[in-house]
Amino acid sequence: MNLIEAKNLIFEYIRRDKDGEVDGVTRAVNNVNISVKQGDFIAVLGHNGSGKSTFAKHINAILHPTEGTVLVDGKDTLDEEYLWDIRQTAGMVFQNPDNQIIGSVVEEDVGFGPENMGVPTKEIWERVYESLNIVGMYEYRKKSPNKLSGGQKQRVSIAGVLAMHPKCIILDEPTAMLDPIGRKEVIRAVRALNEVENITVILITHYMEEAIYADKIYVMDKGSVVLEGEPHEVFEQVEKLEELRLSVPEATKIAHELRGKGVPLPVGIISEEELVETLSKIL
Amino acid sequence: MIREITIGQYYPADSVIHRLDPRTKIIATFLFIVSLFVFDSFTGYIIVAGFLATCIILSKVPFSYMVKGLKAIVMLLMLTVIINMFMTPGEPLITVWKVTITKEGFRAAAFMGLRLMLLIIGSSVMTLTTTPNNLTDALEKILGPLKVFKAPVHEIAMMMSIALSFIPILIEETDKIMKAQMARGADFENKNLIKRVKSYIPILVPLFISAFRRAGDLAMAMEARCYRGGDGRTKMNPLKYCRRDYIAYAVCIIYLVAVVVIPRIFVI
Repeated sequence: MNLIEAKNLIFEYIRRDKDGEVDGVTRAVNNVNISVKQGDFIAVLGHNGSGKSTFAKHINAILHPTEGTVLVDGKDTLDEEYLWDIRQTAGMVFQNPDNQIIGSVVEEDVGFGPENMGVPTKEIWERVYESLNIVGMYEYRKKSPNKLSGGQKQRVSIAGVLAMHPKCIILDEPTAMLDPIGRKEVIRAVRALNEVENITVILITHYMEEAIYADKIYVMDKGSVVLEGEPHEVFEQVEKLEELRLSVPEATKIAHELRGKGVPLPVGIISEEELVETLSKIL
Repeated sequence: MIREITIGQYYPADSVIHRLDPRTKIIATFLFIVSLFVFDSFTGYIIVAGFLATCIILSKVPFSYMVKGLKAIVMLLMLTVIINMFMTPGEPLITVWKVTITKEGFRAAAFMGLRLMLLIIGSSVMTLTTTPNNLTDALEKILGPLKVFKAPVHEIAMMMSIALSFIPILIEETDKIMKAQMARGADFENKNLIKRVKSYIPILVPLFISAFRRAGDLAMAMEARCYRGGDGRTKMNPLKYCRRDYIAYAVCIIYLVAVVVIPRIFVI
């Protein structure tokens, strides 16, 4: 059984004018079918307004489908009865680190989720320490979140979700507001979750470099999935991606252009190391 | 200047005062505030100041932090002192033109000024040594009996703790907006009071908008982490009185008695 299953998902925002009359309908998510297996690392790519964040909010039952269904661990997100089960199964990390930290000390914030779930006190502490260790923030547990860097704050947010022992973590552009160092920190933590803890990860992003570690990539545009496949398959389509206003990783772009100039490079190069290795073999 | 408001900020340290049960601290602070108004001579202030100084030393919070809290109320403080100084009738001390400073006025002004200062410093000892979450946990417990009257105690406590932990973030934001407006030529240093007040409107409007946006985001983040009100919630730090809390209560009572009795015996 798939952990997450979106079937013909449609979501419409209803725009209203100032008198409350319906002004128009914007279809943010249009007929999306995505299924995710336990332990997968999925990346959803798309530029601003492609509907990727709207899609992500459906998995956590923050938004409900206008049409179609979203099943999380076999439970329909429309079913009020399972709302809290779903939120516990699929934890969510948001874009702005400042707006999702509730506690005034790191460990208090990480404990917020388990507290809401009614976990016994002793176990809360075990979970908090365990989660902070996984994201490498244990030594900051007594600090005020305001004193941390953006990357560290996001790692605390990830720990806060981890402490709820979810099967799946959805990260909605977790690196959009971070500097390059913070982005690296967060992506490293996310990969560790997936590889070491075997937690399903759904990473929503517009940085393609972050998607190269994914098992499968979905590219969204105007609410629909326009490309899907393994990173190699997706990144081959350089022209198509650029058409969608997504920046292809530097290495892939160079390989693509060299190929155009007649250098016999194989398709599907995504990392710098791969490019260097193949080039040195040829030359 | 705006970054230096310390009311409602937590100063992490490991001290006896930090480890006290927050309920003890709230009740002690309440007693301390009451104690400021039960005496009528300078002897009282010596006891109060001595007590407060001991607490500050025990709390390991730098004294400069406490004093920073005072900056926020400088205007209020001056106003109180001036009004008390000139408006209290009694035996004239100095008369300049039509304004008279009386002996009683001078005394009342000094009393009120000292009281306000001690009050602010005293409550900052509490807020600086207690995390907002702990504070609200304690308030929730203390006000718990009101639940019988259908008062939303948990919700109020939660709102307070969030408001407190958002103070530094909003201050930072205000700073950013101020700089952005200054870069566009806004004038915050104008000598004309009305113009200066008006110049703050372009700060308040974006600040409010962003605060609402933050509130929306935060509510969503809280719901995503299974927040559903106070029912069925467990605590990470359940409140439990220890020996040190009983000692603290005893100390408070001795202090209260001392403040009530001693100034009546030795009047300065």
